[in-house]
Amino acid sequence: MVESLVNSPDTSETPPPVLKLHRQFSLARLRESIVEWGMFLCSSLSILVTAAILFVLLIETVIPFGGVKPFFGHVSLWEFFTETRWTPTFSDKHFGVLPLVCGTMLVALIGALVGLPLGILSAIYLSEYARPKTRSIIKPILEILSGMPTVVYGYFALIFVTPYIVQPLFHSFLGWEVDSTNALSAGIVMGIMIMPMVCSLSEDAIRAVPRSLREAGYALGSTKYDVSLKVVVPAALSGIVAAFLLAMARAIGETMLVAIAAGNNPKLTINPLKSIQTMTTFIVNTSKGDTPSGTIEYQSLYAVALCLFVITFTMNVISHAVMRRFREVYH
Amino acid sequence: MISPADMNPPTSTVVNNELRQALTRKSAVRPAEVAFSFLCKSAAWSSLGILCVLVGSVMWKSWGYLDWQFLTSFDSQRPELAGIWAGLLGTTWMIFLTFLTAIPIGVGAAVYLEEYARDVWFVRFIRINLSNLAGVPSIVYGILGLTVFVRMFDLFAREAIVARLTGHIVEAVVILGVEIPLPLGTTLAAGALTMSLLILPVIIVATQEALRAIPPSLRHASLALGATRWQTVRYQVIPAAVPGIMTGIILSISRVIGETAPLIVVGAVGFARFAPGKIGSLSDLAHHPGGLLEAPFGKYTVMPVQIFNWVGQARQEFQGVAAAGILVLLGLLMLMNGVAIIIRNRYQKKLRW
Amino acid sequence: MAKAFTNLMNDRAAAEREKAGASGSPDAGGEGQIVRRMKVETRKLNFFYGPSQALFDISVQIPEKSVTALIGPSGCGKSTFLRTLNRMNDIVEGARHTGEILLEGINIDGPEIDVVALRKRVGMVFQKSTPFPKSIFENVAFGPRLTGVSDRRELEEIVSTCLKRAALWEEVKNRLTDSAMALSGGQQQRLCIARALATNPDVLLMDEPASALDPASTSRIEDLIFELKENYTIIIVTHNMQQAARVSDMTAFFYQGHLVEMGQTQQLFTKPREKHTEDYITGRFG
Repeated sequence: MVESLVNSPDTSETPPPVLKLHRQFSLARLRESIVEWGMFLCSSLSILVTAAILFVLLIETVIPFGGVKPFFGHVSLWEFFTETRWTPTFSDKHFGVLPLVCGTMLVALIGALVGLPLGILSAIYLSEYARPKTRSIIKPILEILSGMPTVVYGYFALIFVTPYIVQPLFHSFLGWEVDSTNALSAGIVMGIMIMPMVCSLSEDAIRAVPRSLREAGYALGSTKYDVSLKVVVPAALSGIVAAFLLAMARAIGETMLVAIAAGNNPKLTINPLKSIQTMTTFIVNTSKGDTPSGTIEYQSLYAVALCLFVITFTMNVISHAVMRRFREVYH
Repeated sequence: MISPADMNPPTSTVVNNELRQALTRKSAVRPAEVAFSFLCKSAAWSSLGILCVLVGSVMWKSWGYLDWQFLTSFDSQRPELAGIWAGLLGTTWMIFLTFLTAIPIGVGAAVYLEEYARDVWFVRFIRINLSNLAGVPSIVYGILGLTVFVRMFDLFAREAIVARLTGHIVEAVVILGVEIPLPLGTTLAAGALTMSLLILPVIIVATQEALRAIPPSLRHASLALGATRWQTVRYQVIPAAVPGIMTGIILSISRVIGETAPLIVVGAVGFARFAPGKIGSLSDLAHHPGGLLEAPFGKYTVMPVQIFNWVGQARQEFQGVAAAGILVLLGLLMLMNGVAIIIRNRYQKKLRW
Repeated sequence: MAKAFTNLMNDRAAAEREKAGASGSPDAGGEGQIVRRMKVETRKLNFFYGPSQALFDISVQIPEKSVTALIGPSGCGKSTFLRTLNRMNDIVEGARHTGEILLEGINIDGPEIDVVALRKRVGMVFQKSTPFPKSIFENVAFGPRLTGVSDRRELEEIVSTCLKRAALWEEVKNRLTDSAMALSGGQQQRLCIARALATNPDVLLMDEPASALDPASTSRIEDLIFELKENYTIIIVTHNMQQAARVSDMTAFFYQGHLVEMGQTQQLFTKPREKHTEDYITGRFG
């Protein structure tokens, strides 16, 4: 089918210039591969960091290292998870992590109760109702709130929320006893802290819902209310769930806010007006004092950190899996 | 085609009253609808209210404490004399040292993932791992830094591996005249290394986004000219992505400025009456320039740790000092964000794809 | 080096003119009297994107110092074919091919072939002009710099030679330090051509170089192509059949990944051998 119109062989007078296409060893080529390997190592470092975290947490708790008996060699898992007292620094030592987990969850749950509705409603407002101008005001405010150092949130809970909101409401009005550091204030401010995160992640999810779906809703004569609540939010639900999980993980891992505002008192209670201690508070307060390594107090730091890591990591992994699934649906 | 004139006139003149009513009737406003839109609106605007109350209450508390003396003094047991100078210097050092290690590694990793990596399981694993690392609580990084940098697995302790192998206890190495303690202990260097691990995922993700914003046509044009992959990245892609990368980096500086918990774990001092490397002023620097090399291997404090320390003080006056510290911290953050916005706007105008 | 480079270019041009004069016909579109070496050749080239095949058994021979136009409806594989010739498809994940691609008889797929060296010999101009966000000077100097030319004088000489060859010199000679992004679309495209010339290639691949330009700029580019073929082997993908007829010596018609017909442009447009070709050039489909 193809016919070449010039079929005579090479007859031009000048000899063809020598083509130099062959690979040659050169410094440039060597540099190329060194650079590539270097950058590959940089990106592998992130895996090394994960591995190092696991290693560090496990050598003090599970794996005997350097002849030192690890934490769970002294304390049984059963005791760790069922004992209701946490007194590693007292002479009468008890290692029950429940009070810490309970305190952590109490604050995180209050945070979720405050932050989740605030965040999701704002996300609906920003994506469905708000004009571009309004968005351009509210978005930066949310960014400022999410970039706020958590020490500031802790301070805010301690010097404003507790004395001017929680105490008047529950102590002066209802007559209940309120500690000066308590889970409720910390939880409320935790909600404020996670709200921007919930909002921006939910907004992403809501925006990923295709326009056709909304239009179908409107074409059936639905109002904005119907469309947002009955079409958009259900369609974005798994994205919102992922946002919720990420925000909870963030709340559980948050340190300074609870260290300042929630107290330092490991007590198994669900009364949010009491001073409690979270896992993170225990770590930050115990490591502040120069606990000598090898002692069981020191190891208990790692046991709590391991517990914290497992909880947050699981939530993160689930949330990312949910989010990936959600993205696959709409892309 | 039927022209309007062909249409049957009588039917069009008869007004369908039922239809008109249906179309013109104001549908009843459901209370739930009003309530819902009001809820959404107030939730979104509450952020503004919260921000105002937060900043307002801090300002009110700080009244009388934030002054020039506060900015330029070291800490003190007396609230009226306490200052944040040590924290300011420490935070500056922390930013500098953190980015000294984090930028090359973070940008390198991002360039590899965006420009070199093929879609193989290992690379996918790195990507997933990165997003999970970003969710690890910062205090866990503190524990990591405590073990790896501050104590170095106790390898240098009495009767540990190094002592047994070398026959004597190693306490420091001297490199280029600078004594580096081993293990690093609660030094600025240990803090900065911990911090750079913490912000590495942030920098990588920001750089990846900046690189993704560079159109592939730029890379193709360069490759078609016979540039190698690295030449393409080095001379075309990275220069074009610099504004994006800078914005990401400056935003992660905010994270470094505000991060507290891991630094407490790796031993930042709460009460410090000294500057890193004993360089507290320009004249100190002139008399003792070697301090610049000593600073990373000495003790330090940073602003948020100082603030945390003040908040925990029994005397009520220190709450005011803490508030003043918070205002300085927030001012610095605003400054950083402002710079980021300026860079972004400036280069966006210059570069249009 | 720059001297040598310019000399080389001039020598080539001179030799070409001599040859054209000797054979008595400067018209490359004549009935095959001009004897030329084959510059680019493919044999049984099959190309795949992952599981789907984009090119089927393409065998072509392209003589040196001529313009070959590749035409066909969009998605017919002509761009893919073009990009195999300087192995730009290497960077597409999942792309692979079988068959041979020869540059002056050398198989460019061999493991011993340096793809970077290949791309310096086989330049490419894209559909969308892709100036680097740098100055005009730096755009053209980029290629020579890669090969290690760092002397400012040499670079200046190369830049001016290439800009002259790309017919852009007069318009930009007083603002070489301005950003290339500030040029008009047509100027940007000519800058890209100048930039490609600066690596001293002998084959130029052009992927619809004028499709995004206004008619005036298009005709400047076409004139330029006509001038450039004195020294370069040019392969151009185009949508526009008038353009193919105007600028090319040979035309290849691609359809659904097959090479339907290839021949002298005049013949292909006036007396196509294949029904498909006729339908396409008379506008019955595509």
